[in-house]
Amino acid sequence: MLRKTLRISTAIALATGALALSGMTAANAQETIKIGSITTLEGPFATGGQDAYRAMEMAFEEIDYTINGKTIEWIRESSNAQADVALARARKLIEQDNVDIIIGPLSGAEGIALRDYSRTLEGKTIVNGSSGAADTTLRDASPNFFRFNTEGTQWMAGLGNHVYNDLGIQHVALVAADYAFPYAQVMGFMLDYCKAGGAVTKLWSPLNTTDFGSIIANIPDDAGAVLLIQGGTDALAFLTQYAEAGGELPIIGGSITADQTLLSARGPHQRLMEGMLAAGPIADLNDDPMWVEWVAAYRERFPDGFDSPSIHAFNYYTNTKAVLLALEEVGGDLSNNQQAFQEALAGIEFKNPMGANVALDDNRQAISDIFLTRIVDDGGTLRTQAFGKAEGVTQTMGMDRDEFLALGSPSRDNPDCPPTN
Amino acid sequence: MTLQYMITVTLNGLTLAALYFIVASGFSLIFGLMRTVNMAHGSLYLIGAYVGFSVFDPLYASSATYDYAWYIAVVAGVAAAAVAGVIMQVVFLGWMQGQELRQALVTIGLSIIVADQLLAIYGGNPFQFFAPDLLFGPTLVPVIGRYSTFRLFQIGLALAVGIGLWVLLNKTRLGIMVRAGVDDRQMLAACGINVPLVSVAVFALGAGLAGLGGVIGATAQPVALGVDVKFLLTSLVVVIVGGMGSIGGTAIGAILIGVAEQWGQALFPTYSVILTFAIMVAVLAIRPQGILGRTG
Repeated sequence: MLRKTLRISTAIALATGALALSGMTAANAQETIKIGSITTLEGPFATGGQDAYRAMEMAFEEIDYTINGKTIEWIRESSNAQADVALARARKLIEQDNVDIIIGPLSGAEGIALRDYSRTLEGKTIVNGSSGAADTTLRDASPNFFRFNTEGTQWMAGLGNHVYNDLGIQHVALVAADYAFPYAQVMGFMLDYCKAGGAVTKLWSPLNTTDFGSIIANIPDDAGAVLLIQGGTDALAFLTQYAEAGGELPIIGGSITADQTLLSARGPHQRLMEGMLAAGPIADLNDDPMWVEWVAAYRERFPDGFDSPSIHAFNYYTNTKAVLLALEEVGGDLSNNQQAFQEALAGIEFKNPMGANVALDDNRQAISDIFLTRIVDDGGTLRTQAFGKAEGVTQTMGMDRDEFLALGSPSRDNPDCPPTN
Repeated sequence: MTLQYMITVTLNGLTLAALYFIVASGFSLIFGLMRTVNMAHGSLYLIGAYVGFSVFDPLYASSATYDYAWYIAVVAGVAAAAVAGVIMQVVFLGWMQGQELRQALVTIGLSIIVADQLLAIYGGNPFQFFAPDLLFGPTLVPVIGRYSTFRLFQIGLALAVGIGLWVLLNKTRLGIMVRAGVDDRQMLAACGINVPLVSVAVFALGAGLAGLGGVIGATAQPVALGVDVKFLLTSLVVVIVGGMGSIGGTAIGAILIGVAEQWGQALFPTYSVILTFAIMVAVLAIRPQGILGRTG
């Protein structure tokens, strides 16, 4: 008897609870805009992910979490840079938290996984965080996936020509990690460099290589520079060991080579880093007033953050900003399967914190400016400084889309221009 | 392919093997001789590196202590890892001697806890020690020209560790007790020897070697969270290939794996990992007890 009463009362309680819950969501649907986000707070890019959320927080605080009287509810999720984990977290955000928009993820393979997931959704939008694989938007683009940051191939725009034409280096030894993101970066460099007449000796190493002894032994004697497309720990390991082996060639970096990990670590690699050239969407030292102001705001808001915001902070901020601008344009109206919002998003044009213009192409991929950078000693601290700029770089590097697609996906062997001897 | 290139790659392999040997010899002592399954060996490596670094960093920054910062860091790293090892043995592993599955699970749990604690305390940024001026930079080596001094030092240190361990195990009273304990624990205890104390001493030694490996390894290549798993795996492979509990076997295993890794990287970088496991499979198929391992 007692048991039966209990069961009935439980049922009533559950029913009331469910009613209350459904009532709440119905009432809130008009007042709250739910934005979910995914970045990597675990695994190899944890510090980058942490910085990404700092920048998102800044973007939301600028508008005080309100759009046209509606409150923004921000639900944070974390991945570990693995595609399957990012996908599971995205499903959780959509299915359990019932978010309207997802901003993320951080790394390449995750981006492709979320692009594919976004295609299966109706009335939801995924806006990239910081992932930079070319194919996410280049091939097989999804109508629900938007990317307001430039990607790996675009980031190298202008560097190949500069190295061949201005510096007169005709042969570089490429030291790169063997996975999709460096392939895209290498392609961005080699398109110009090979066309100009340069030769490239490729030395691939698996991701997370810590002993570069044999790679260093393989650098050809007649190479004029080392093109280092490695990030974080791998780059630090290579540069330290190259310095220790007495290496003297100038270093040209990829867009994630000269990051804060490397710049802030003290040690023998610093001798090789001063003067190192690279290209990418940001530079620590840039005269544009928007950048100066943004960096100052970042430092004030996050005294325990990096000395200068990282590339991931920059990308997440740019993408979040785009979402907020589009939401403002439609007055926070997400009805009708977000049709008005997605149209506003596709048509939006604004300036990112570097002061560069951002607009989307037909595949919803950003067209923006890319900076040539050099590492300088800024009062005892190494920083990247912009010294040149390629304006309005498209995903097809200024080429015709069909012509560019005919070049094929970047890979270990594509493109190729080995030395002739 | 020139002779110079071949010697350089082989020397790279040998120097890497030296590092593997230092770390794996501690693992071999604990796993091979004491039959304690210590899946937290990589964590001891990390503890050595992180504690060593927190001692090293302020000393290196000050010009008064700059010259000997690295040496103090080595001592601190070894001591920290040895203390951590003793705590592990006394608090957790000692009383579950012989229960291998339980020890494996407990040590895996410990390794997860240690990794997260280090992340909480030190953050996720990688770091690296800088070798003292005496050991930094290139040395002229006949035939191959300039070669990293520190890598050559690694070989010397590994030789010293190997010889020291051999003398300790074969020529001292402690060595006799350890070897007797491996063969018959109860008989040794019946002879009036404090077996648990001997176990703690061996564990401290093995853990200290992992800590030494931590500081040396973190001088040769950067340390970040995650390398504990890498060194645990390498130690396992080295000990399995070489034969459990044999110092000579560990040396042979380390040389095989180190040289194979570097030649693999030089010839077919993408697939170099396979070579390591191919060696392990071959050894397990032909000689399951390892190259110098004892049967039974």
